[in-house]
Amino acid sequence: MASETHSAAEGAASAPGMPQLDVTTFGNQIFWLLVALVAIYFVLSRIALPRIAAILAERQGTITNDIAAAEDLKAKARAAEEAYEQALADARAEAQKIAADTRAKIQQDLDAALAKADAEIAAKAAESEAAIAEIRAGALDAVKAVAKDTAAEIVQVMGGKADDKAVATAVDAQVKG
Amino acid sequence: MADKESSGGLEFHPMDQFIVKPLFGEVGDPVAWYTITNVTLWLAISVLAVIALMVLATSKRAIVPGNGQSIAEMAYGFVYKMVEDVTGKDGLKYFPYIMTLFMFIVMANFLGLLPMSFTTTSHIAVTAILGFGVFIAVTILGFVKNGAGFLSLFWVSSAPLPLRPILAIIELISYFVRPVSHSIRLAGNMMAGHAVLKVFAGFAQVTAIAPIAIFGVVAIYGLEVLVAFIQAYVFTILTCVYLKDALHPHH
Repeated sequence: MASETHSAAEGAASAPGMPQLDVTTFGNQIFWLLVALVAIYFVLSRIALPRIAAILAERQGTITNDIAAAEDLKAKARAAEEAYEQALADARAEAQKIAADTRAKIQQDLDAALAKADAEIAAKAAESEAAIAEIRAGALDAVKAVAKDTAAEIVQVMGGKADDKAVATAVDAQVKG
Repeated sequence: MADKESSGGLEFHPMDQFIVKPLFGEVGDPVAWYTITNVTLWLAISVLAVIALMVLATSKRAIVPGNGQSIAEMAYGFVYKMVEDVTGKDGLKYFPYIMTLFMFIVMANFLGLLPMSFTTTSHIAVTAILGFGVFIAVTILGFVKNGAGFLSLFWVSSAPLPLRPILAIIELISYFVRPVSHSIRLAGNMMAGHAVLKVFAGFAQVTAIAPIAIFGVVAIYGLEVLVAFIQAYVFTILTCVYLKDALHPHH
């Protein structure tokens, strides 16, 4: 305790008031400060600052590269999308073309079939017409024959003498009339 | 505090924390320029802290930085941008010197805030070397770069002619006061803050006001953390301003 008091008293004696103004310690402080500053300067300028500058530059480079790569990929994605859209449009056009072709072909087939059917129907109709005309003509002749026969018979029954030629003329006239 | 006396009553020794004493030996031993003192110890710790932050923390050279590397890069970017903004592109070759000053002051200030530590930057001898070092370097640089043209710094050509001699005297005085204000600002801030901390700590001996005193210590400590950074920043930016004057003396 005594030595502590003694040393405190001595310290106070060597540094009256502010220890900052104790000139006897200035040389010591200045010397060691210069040593410290030189040490820090060499460490910073030789090792730390170039290293940090390199790290920052490298990071900047990496960021720039990454952005460029991202731009690249974006462009690629856009190209791919365009190709896809193109393919889609092509496929759609192709499908429309195929549909139109098919429709046209079907129409053509249909038209041909219809024409053929029409022709057949017309032929059948003409044939039937002819048959009907023939039948009608046949019927007329039969009617004439029956009428002549009947007329001749009637004339005979009435007691007349049937003149075939006159009967025929009369019947024809009657049938026509 | 080895010199706390038990003679009764309130004993304040707010300035004892600034006493320079040999690391090996008694307080009263003579301090020669080569003696290893508590100043030496804390300067060495400052240097080691700078190395730890700027060299060890960046040793991984990570593209995505960790905590330490982030702080180192932030300090680098902070000072680099300051030098670039204030002095311009041609000031960048002096960036390592300014970075040295900033890193030393900021580390010394923060280390001084550790309890029981010694604040090297609270000593006028230390800050005067820093301040006058800057002053002398900048003055020599100004004359080397601009020759006699450096003197146009004191000749305010934008002022009316009759005023110019008067302004020149004022400019000259303010120029020579620069290193004094530069160094006393830093030492004064650090010393005052630490002394106030000790005074509040001294009041904490009295039970009745101890809570207030301890709250005061906490509050002042928070303030001192700000001051520690701000004073380093102020010292550095003023160095940049003086450097700009040396490189471009024309108003």
